[in-house]
Amino acid sequence: MTRAFADLHLRVNPKDQQATQRLINRAAKFGYRLISIPFTSALREDEIAKLKATCSEAGLDFVSRADFHPRTENELTHFLRKFRRRFEIICITCDNKEVARQAAKDRRVDLLSFPSLDYRKRFFDRAEAELASNCLAALEVDVKPLLILEGPPRVRLLASLRREVAIAREFGVPLIVSSGVAEERFMRLPRDMASLAFLFGLDEASALDSVSTNPAAIVKRNREKLSSRFVAPGISIIKEGKAP
Amino acid sequence: MKRIKRRYLALQLECEGLPTERELIDAIWAAVTKLYGEVGASLTGLTLIDFDLERKVAVVRVSLVALGMVRASLATVTSIGGREAAVLVLAVSGTLKALYANTR
Repeated sequence: MTRAFADLHLRVNPKDQQATQRLINRAAKFGYRLISIPFTSALREDEIAKLKATCSEAGLDFVSRADFHPRTENELTHFLRKFRRRFEIICITCDNKEVARQAAKDRRVDLLSFPSLDYRKRFFDRAEAELASNCLAALEVDVKPLLILEGPPRVRLLASLRREVAIAREFGVPLIVSSGVAEERFMRLPRDMASLAFLFGLDEASALDSVSTNPAAIVKRNREKLSSRFVAPGISIIKEGKAP
Repeated sequence: MKRIKRRYLALQLECEGLPTERELIDAIWAAVTKLYGEVGASLTGLTLIDFDLERKVAVVRVSLVALGMVRASLATVTSIGGREAAVLVLAVSGTLKALYANTR
């Protein structure tokens, strides 16, 4: 069975239509099936609809995603209350430990992301992994820093990633490898992106899953939940009867 | 003595202008050395077999045990000969015949 590859983190500004179009075309050429461009809290339904149409023309499935960088737990819960039902993917960038713990134990969070450049702010430890595994949150790793960093910063990042990936695997936390790129020249083929996961200790099958099966499973699960027919996990409306 | 197993990789270069063979292989060696050091690079058995300037497709040979290392290193190439570039792996094969059949 052929894999449906996904890149859930193309960091292009959706307002820059030319750049967005170029990135979408390139993703289609590279064989991706699912792509996502993150929105901040300033939601524009028409922009999302336009992107969906553009992606559909290129043969891609667009996934709506919101990224948030909360400073406090309250900010996080407020954001989730407001935006969870409007986006298919919610990613929280955790800048401090309180937010990281809250994000990991909140079932409305899909992806946990940590700053690449400051390794002291990477809070994905065993406690975080345990919370995340109970709430089906996944750990997102962007490959762009691996392409642009050199020397000691890249060494530190690789060491952190290797430790985090080992913890994630121990606790069964799904891993998502995304590009995190804004420029075409840093985009890579899905299998090349998976090969970068080799650098932080993933075997070939797990690396390929992290760019295909794992992101696709999250999208599928959330689309079911956001569907009007969803009642509870495992229960959905098949047919509605007429009122007597 | 045990036979060394090898793999052939077809690489698509995405760059402005036309890099020379020397610039290409230097960029690949530099990426491997930067990631794995000189000892790691010495294990790869990396050799440039062919470089089609017209299609910007190169073929390199690597040792099977170092295939993962080389693929990861190739993905980190961002410039060739001082120009912005990317190296994409089009196909991997155990024989040149199969590789050319796959990439044509």
